[in-house]
Amino acid sequence: MTESDVTRDGVKGARPGREAVTGEQAGRRRRRRGRGEKAMVPDAEFSSYYGKPILNKPTWKPLDIAGYLYLGGLAGASSLLAAGAQATSRPGLARTAKLGASGAISLSLAALVHDLGRPARFINMLRVFKPTSPMNLGSWLLAGYAPLTMAAAAADVTGRYRVAGATATVGAAALGPAVATYTAVLISDTAVPSWHEGYRELPFVFAGSGATAAAGLALACAPVRESGPARRMAALGAALELGSFQLMKRRMGLAAEPYGLGKPRGLLRAAEALTAGGAALAACAGRESVAGGRARLLAAGAALLSGSAALRFGVFHAGVASAEDPRYTVVPQRERLEAGERSGRSDVL
Amino acid sequence: MTDDTGNLLFGPQPDVAGAAGYRGAPPRMGFFTDTSVCIGCKACEVACKEWNAIPEDGLELTGMSYDNTQGLGASTWRHVAFIEQRKPLGGQEPGVGHEDVDVFAAAGQLGTSPSSPDPGTTVAEVGSAPAGAPAGAISPVAPDGRTELRWLMSSDVCKHCTHAACLDVCPTGSLFRTEFGTVVVQEDICNGCGYCVPACPYGVIDQRPDDGRAWKCTLCYDRLGVGMEPACAKACPTDSIQFGPLDELRDRAAVGVARLHAAGVTDARLYGEDPGDGVGGDGAFFLLLDEPEVYGLPPDPVVTTRDMPDMWRHAVAAAASLAGLAALSFVRRPR
Ligand code: SF4
Ligand code: SF4
Repeated sequence: MTESDVTRDGVKGARPGREAVTGEQAGRRRRRRGRGEKAMVPDAEFSSYYGKPILNKPTWKPLDIAGYLYLGGLAGASSLLAAGAQATSRPGLARTAKLGASGAISLSLAALVHDLGRPARFINMLRVFKPTSPMNLGSWLLAGYAPLTMAAAAADVTGRYRVAGATATVGAAALGPAVATYTAVLISDTAVPSWHEGYRELPFVFAGSGATAAAGLALACAPVRESGPARRMAALGAALELGSFQLMKRRMGLAAEPYGLGKPRGLLRAAEALTAGGAALAACAGRESVAGGRARLLAAGAALLSGSAALRFGVFHAGVASAEDPRYTVVPQRERLEAGERSGRSDVL
Repeated sequence: MTDDTGNLLFGPQPDVAGAAGYRGAPPRMGFFTDTSVCIGCKACEVACKEWNAIPEDGLELTGMSYDNTQGLGASTWRHVAFIEQRKPLGGQEPGVGHEDVDVFAAAGQLGTSPSSPDPGTTVAEVGSAPAGAPAGAISPVAPDGRTELRWLMSSDVCKHCTHAACLDVCPTGSLFRTEFGTVVVQEDICNGCGYCVPACPYGVIDQRPDDGRAWKCTLCYDRLGVGMEPACAKACPTDSIQFGPLDELRDRAAVGVARLHAAGVTDARLYGEDPGDGVGGDGAFFLLLDEPEVYGLPPDPVVTTRDMPDMWRHAVAAAASLAGLAALSFVRRPR
């Protein structure tokens, strides 16, 4: 600001581009699109405060919270597999799923506590019962669910208290679907454009992703001859996940863009390939001899597990990116206002 | 956007303290920040830091404007935005043009008239006001007599929303509604889950990295409790920050904006004063001279919890389809 001189003929020596451009040009930042990526929505002009974000971006650590989303899905769907396997007398599948559910939910709780700024105060989550807070409801849900999975796993491994174990398995299966899908509400219930705008489809994406992860774990670890349900679950879950994710991106307008840029783009491409490939491989492996099938099921399981993880990390990072760029906050709101003004909304000045 | 009056998650809510369970609460208190008189002195930022003992959070030079604070955060509860624009400001006469002044002739006249005092003179005599003291034309001048450059300054703060997303999503109950209708974090309860941070549609509340907890403006809850006004409003030398009962502030703001419109400042508008907006109106609202996004404010914020019932409906449907999907996986070919 001090390098220029004000003379009779105007300002001399001012560095170009130092003033805040307002109106039409303001806030435009040149963005590099990935190769061959088409803009889903035409670029819109908008104003901003020196390109600064409007929102404060999530302070959550990616490994903790994306991991939490992933492990919750894995656990919830595993509990369903466990109950199904128990009911249809597939002891190997049941044990894998029970151990998977209890292990995943323990890790997910550890991740949640680790992410807190004050981990010692974790128990404050249960200080109140607050229906407007998905994290509060989720904590209560996990407080009920986690012990059930552990009881189910413990009864299975020790072979004692079979009735109690079976009851716990059924109870965990009743709560499992909620554990897998509530995390979608958790992140949608924010002002982050790429999370909030997807609140209709995201629970279905997470339900599908949880199913593929649980199926992946079962395929990799359970006996081959009991893998039928997991193979079918992989196919159904992959279809649900990929289908609703496409639908979500189509419906959410500009907020879908961060899913196709930078790091999220790579993660989500990988998720698509791994999930679809894993499900296909699992389906094929089922038709072959048991010996060759083992290795294939292992590969399919690994692909499904990592595909589901990649999806959660992709969704997480896309949300953070959408909070960091004022464009995703301003443009849709501006459009909404203008549409409202045209239809004669009186409360807009 | 439906205006569901009576719905606690959204829409106008005339008695916020009452809805939060207070009986016989004092009137709702708030801020009216009239940015048209802000001079960007940052007294509010300093007063806030001092009173609330907020730690230093970086001494950076941004190079983008006189604004080195950049935005609200865990350790910045007032933020003065500076915007430099090529836009005329109605009726302002800075009087900085001196093209027609011959400095040598002026120097020759030193000490000969009250408007060009002797170098030794420091104070003009009482009653001998220099007649044409602020001489010179406006520079540069548009045909309608306005300057072509303007600075906008605005002191931003937590909006103390009628429907505060931060408060709604806080899982511990650390964020609560006070009897004054304001929104405050209880630092001894917050466990630093960070949920309030992305929930706020204005980017106000944030987590302090070293401390782990979330912090934001309390509207000086401690001062209000003993009948004092918040530190920033107290320090503001131009009364750009006005504190008082919200109803009174709204009346005052309506008069102010009408006066500016009459003076030809057609850009003047109120932001956040409308109880019918997406957050049910702000407890701290503003008079702005340009679009909100120019100041770094969202043009049409909506409290995220408005969609909460719909979110849970979709989650329940998704949970049911997951259960159905699992059942379907077991129906065929039991071995
Ligand atoms: S949502 Fe944001 S602006 Fe509203 S009260 Fe909470 S922190 Fe303040
Ligand atoms: S960080 Fe603290 S104030 Fe914010 S939602 Fe979590 S517990 Fe509540």
